[in-house]
Amino acid sequence: MSGSPVQADRYGAYGGRYVPETLIPALDELAAAYAEALADPAFLAEVDHLSANYVGRPTPLYRARRFEAEAGVAPVYLKREDLNHTGAHKINNTVGQALLAGRMGKPRIIAETGAGQHGVATATACALFDLECVVYMGAEDIERQSLNVYRMELLGAEVRPVESGTRTLKDATNEALRDWVTNVRDTHYIIGSVVGPHPFPLIVRDFQAVIGREARRQIQAVEGRLPASVVACVGGGSNAMGMFHAFVGDEGVALIGVEAAGDGLGSGRSSAPLSEGRPGVLHGSLSYLLQDADGQIAPAHSVAAGLDYPGVGPEHSHLMDTGRARYVSVEDGAAERAFRALPGLEGIIPALETAHALAWVAEAGRRGEIEAPVAICLSGRGDKDVVHVSRLGDGGRGPESGGAGAGESQAGPGS
Amino acid sequence: MSGPPPGRIGARFEALAAQGRRGFIPYVTTGYPSLAHTRELVAGLAEGGADVIELGIPFSDPMADGPTIQRSSQGALDQGTTVDDVFDVLAELRRASDVPVVIFSYLNPVFSRGVETFVREAIEAGADGVLPTDLPLGADPELEAGLLESRLDLVRLAAPTTTPERVAQIARSSQGFVYYIARTGVTGARRELRGELAREVGAVRSVSSLPVAVGFGVSTAEHARAVGAAADAAVVGSALVDRLDEGGVAGALALARELREALDEVG
Repeated sequence: MSGSPVQADRYGAYGGRYVPETLIPALDELAAAYAEALADPAFLAEVDHLSANYVGRPTPLYRARRFEAEAGVAPVYLKREDLNHTGAHKINNTVGQALLAGRMGKPRIIAETGAGQHGVATATACALFDLECVVYMGAEDIERQSLNVYRMELLGAEVRPVESGTRTLKDATNEALRDWVTNVRDTHYIIGSVVGPHPFPLIVRDFQAVIGREARRQIQAVEGRLPASVVACVGGGSNAMGMFHAFVGDEGVALIGVEAAGDGLGSGRSSAPLSEGRPGVLHGSLSYLLQDADGQIAPAHSVAAGLDYPGVGPEHSHLMDTGRARYVSVEDGAAERAFRALPGLEGIIPALETAHALAWVAEAGRRGEIEAPVAICLSGRGDKDVVHVSRLGDGGRGPESGGAGAGESQAGPGS
Repeated sequence: MSGPPPGRIGARFEALAAQGRRGFIPYVTTGYPSLAHTRELVAGLAEGGADVIELGIPFSDPMADGPTIQRSSQGALDQGTTVDDVFDVLAELRRASDVPVVIFSYLNPVFSRGVETFVREAIEAGADGVLPTDLPLGADPELEAGLLESRLDLVRLAAPTTTPERVAQIARSSQGFVYYIARTGVTGARRELRGELAREVGAVRSVSSLPVAVGFGVSTAEHARAVGAAADAAVVGSALVDRLDEGGVAGALALARELREALDEVG
């Protein structure tokens, strides 16, 4: 791997370290350990070795021809992060951070999880390196992602249900931070996305940036050019930052992040802070947030537990404000239809989170509003969602519904 | 060093020092279980020997707080408590009492309002200081400067994990008093205080001319005596909330009296 030599704690105005004083030394320690690790060829070699031989990298860049026909745009490539060990991009980060924890001599790991993918990836890395592992998960998410709970337990992790607040990812993150404040001396917090206080957004992005580095090289090899559009779903935004990072300097490449509009923008039930939030401080950093007029954090909603979060990584806020990336959103219904359509088209069951990106590309393709070649980060596999989606009923299933993201799905704010 | 005359907080600690007494600083979650309870409680605390009142703005995501203050914060928000309500409670208290008041808040409600507006409204309501729990030293120099230069005291926190060099910086840049966190962890009543506390507080006092208050886990008269032996003041929050649940305002005030008396046994 390669990393970021610059240790600035902000992306424009966003980011920072808004945490209780107790955590400051641990953040300093982590930043120092990370800088040392990046300068250590043995560390970089070990990350590369595990990426190749344990995680299964590089992941394929696959051209989805039947999806193209449905969406009316071609070529469309899927960066197959679902083929990583444990079924999502999350493990790119957890293996790297578990190695860092080892370097810092911290025997205990905590994590938060929404969909359970980060929890599974953390439990996996902890099994690999023989670290104690506690995963905080919202009680509502435990209900809708029961398969992943069992996977974590099989891997030797303790899953602690979080009953406070909205009983989802936000509250699991609060609880993980409380654990960290309490046990900071022997515990490393493997945060799962490009959120939290500095240096977490930087470290997670660096460990995920392998996605975009590979995709950039792979698409150049087959197309002889860079993609015109790079698309990824955005909750906290780690698969998107991982996918975008290598392309940020390529001005001709449009970067498009797809947020979860839930029941619709303006409905009060979305997870789209970049589309309809304003800047604020949550979980240690300044970024766009869903909040009320008094600065209380507003509950988020998305059918995808991994996107169900009222905040977003600070670098995304910066990329939006500077105009370098564009953020759109997709409602629950369109995401569910995309989830149901891709298996029949490509033999790939995507995660509900990922389905938001697929739904947007399908809709934008039909409207002629996206330029090819398109590269989509297929951030995770959808086995975890099968039971939940089947319980939602079969609205939208079948050919008459028009496949991925069809119908009244929305292609972005205001549409 | 010349500077503005000490505000109400500084004056209160000077008076305490002159009397050889320790300060008692109760924390109250505004709006829990109702605004009427909070009004009665703060009036009673002001009369009953509180030296500074920490008036809390409830927040939806109190990541530094344990179960008790999570519960009181959520309860207050469920009642519809707003930042305006906190200022109203304060203004009403101020008409009857000169007790120094520090507004305790997570940063986002302050940030959301705009620091300038927040400071102006807090001062108009009669606040003397502000204690943002997630604004550590150096986190946001511009925002911190806005608070430091205002007439509100910016009360800083130091923790057992804070390095000695940083403790010194915090002590230099804090205003009113330094809040020393008694243990690594979240707020909440505890059976025991840590044995190292006296030594750690001594280290803070050795680099600071400001009074040092100790909070987090201070729940009983015995704790208050232990804190009083080492520090200038004790902050009590969760234990008062628990007592408010069990015995209403009268119960909370009874605990406050007990703690006040315990602190007066030191000195």
